[in-house]
Amino acid sequence: MALLQIAEPGRAAAPHQHRLAVGIDLGTTNSLVAAVRSGLPAVLPDDLGRMLLPSIVHYGKDGVIVGHDARLRARADPGNTVASAKRLIGRAPADVEGTQLPYALEAISASAVGIRTRAGLKSPVDVGAEVLRVLRERAEQSLGGALAGAVITVPAYFDDAQRQATRDAAAQAGLHVLRLLNEPTAAAVAYGLESAREGTFAVYDLGGGTFDVSVLRLARGVFEVVATAGDARLGGDDFDHRLAAWFALATGGDWLPDIGALHAAARAAKEILTDHEEATMACTRSGGVVESRRVTRALLGGLTRDLVDRTLAPVRRALRDARLKAAEVDGVVLVGGATRMPQVRAAVAALFGREPLTGVDPDLAVALGAAIQADQLAGNRSGEDGLLLLDVNPLSLGIETMGGLVEKIIPRNSTVPTARSQEFTTFKDGQTAMALHVVQGERELVAECRSLARFTLGGIPPMVAGAARIRVTFQVDADGLLSVSAVEQGTGTQAQVEVKPSYGIAPEEVSDMLRAALDQVGADAAKRGLREAEIDARRLLDATDAALREDGAQLLQPGEHADILRVMQEVADLLEACAQGEGATPEALRATRARLRGAIEALNRVTTPFAGRRMDARVRQALAGQKLARLAA
Amino acid sequence: MTLSVTPRAAAQIRKAIARRGGGFGLRLAVKTSGCSGYAYALEFADAVAGDDLAFESEGVQLLVAAGSLPLVDGTRLDWVREGLNEGFRFDNPNAANTCGCGESFAV
Repeated sequence: MALLQIAEPGRAAAPHQHRLAVGIDLGTTNSLVAAVRSGLPAVLPDDLGRMLLPSIVHYGKDGVIVGHDARLRARADPGNTVASAKRLIGRAPADVEGTQLPYALEAISASAVGIRTRAGLKSPVDVGAEVLRVLRERAEQSLGGALAGAVITVPAYFDDAQRQATRDAAAQAGLHVLRLLNEPTAAAVAYGLESAREGTFAVYDLGGGTFDVSVLRLARGVFEVVATAGDARLGGDDFDHRLAAWFALATGGDWLPDIGALHAAARAAKEILTDHEEATMACTRSGGVVESRRVTRALLGGLTRDLVDRTLAPVRRALRDARLKAAEVDGVVLVGGATRMPQVRAAVAALFGREPLTGVDPDLAVALGAAIQADQLAGNRSGEDGLLLLDVNPLSLGIETMGGLVEKIIPRNSTVPTARSQEFTTFKDGQTAMALHVVQGERELVAECRSLARFTLGGIPPMVAGAARIRVTFQVDADGLLSVSAVEQGTGTQAQVEVKPSYGIAPEEVSDMLRAALDQVGADAAKRGLREAEIDARRLLDATDAALREDGAQLLQPGEHADILRVMQEVADLLEACAQGEGATPEALRATRARLRGAIEALNRVTTPFAGRRMDARVRQALAGQKLARLAA
Repeated sequence: MTLSVTPRAAAQIRKAIARRGGGFGLRLAVKTSGCSGYAYALEFADAVAGDDLAFESEGVQLLVAAGSLPLVDGTRLDWVREGLNEGFRFDNPNAANTCGCGESFAV
């Protein structure tokens, strides 16, 4: 039981303050916002009780209109009404060439497109921000306070540019993004599948205009998207079109002027057929004539069989990519309103040999899952149900050290967020700057890893090699954003860089990189061993060279001097040979390393008396002129 | 219609007011929040507000808004020490159940 303290008037803190956090499903066609209230996730409706917000923005003469009202204006003013902006977000002009849209696209830059409206050139980020702003306002009104943050869902196949653009849109809408969550993962969370701890799940998402299928693997509470496939031009709307086309043929005449009413009638009939074997499809022509026809489930099934079949090919492809048989999947989740259609459910059940999970409204599942995750990330849950869905970093992250070697700081499969640091030092005497090269991969040599970023830490006070202490910290946040900082411990000078490690890496590339690393374990270790010996040799040569220049004349006999130079030459020759010995077998590398180690030993031996004399000379120098009393003290 | 404090609580309240440098008394506030519906708050009071009810117990002035009194009528405020933590505890006969942390309650 918590105990209370007295506060100044009006300053008493609310008890275990509930931080308001929402989940947002920012969809191509419709968007939703949901929150956990009294322990249960619920979609937050608008003031008319509507849950879905059409993801449509109309730039009108007197302001911006979002949602249902924008959709009403789409036909009259298509050029200023932007729908399906999600298809464009984070895409370069080259990516979207050939996309059929009712509004005009312009290239903003080599990496972004824009839509010319009466309010100026609008980017898909601007459009997304308008939709998000409406959802944020809705949430703040229904929850009664400012939002601490939001989890926004994105398709699993979104690349970094698309994810970053989504975050930009959120920032523009005044939303703090707690996390971007993959849509299939959100749906799985809505079904509570993460409590299973282990398993493989398929998420079949047939939305209004797009189809996606994802295979998720859950291990130790961590969801990993192992495969995705889909069809960006297939959705529930296509089913409506088929029924509308059939109706137009059956009734004859020109339906073109009433095409909107026809599609609405087709959609209504389709929805009735979800729960009934037959329905009456009725539509009024602009002249006032009402046409109606009886439609059956069998008829709709026949008209759309090929559409359903088209969804099954990506499902098989995703399973193949995940190296799974349909029967090995532990559960199938249906997402998207179109999955309510009985013929779709039957086809999915037949393919997987099991009934799909349907307990959660398929239109809401993604938003509800995002809300659950948002509630957890905002810190409103504790204890055993506070399990966070962690992601893992797919490849090790490290830094280049001398000789082109990789020092791994964060090993692969570490759960993120995470932070690790390690100390490094200078290699040369008087070195005042350090170049840091951040790399990703499993190989021992930088040349075989992916370069992520380079930055320089300057302002290191000149010291002998090895005396400076530079703390390098790698931090990966929950979105996989890596920041690397380097701090010189003595002066506090620091430098840092932020990178997105997964930028532009496709999952196949990740697995290729891993496979190469596994194949090359032995060879890599041999190369690393040789490189390390080379670095030691070079460091010793440098140090000896500096010492000879400083004290060689005073402290060495000519014969000794010549001996040292001779052994130095041997080491240098071996180093030269190493540099030309690329591509050698592991055995040859190990032999070279042994020879080099031998030469290093020899150089150490021959310089030991010299080092001793230098030490003595330094001590004499330091003591000269000191009073005996002070020395004794 | 009573609100009371234990002698230990009264001593702590007097001490807190003295440390603060003055004040009329202690306000028991009830807010609608927390996981069980209502939550307590303790604040210093400098004056009696319009709809306040005042009680005196162990020489300490206790104020509560008239609207909140039914929720806390009969409450006895105690000062307790639990491990490293010490503070005030509400002993409220109206609370049907308290949440695990005790900061909020339902009637």
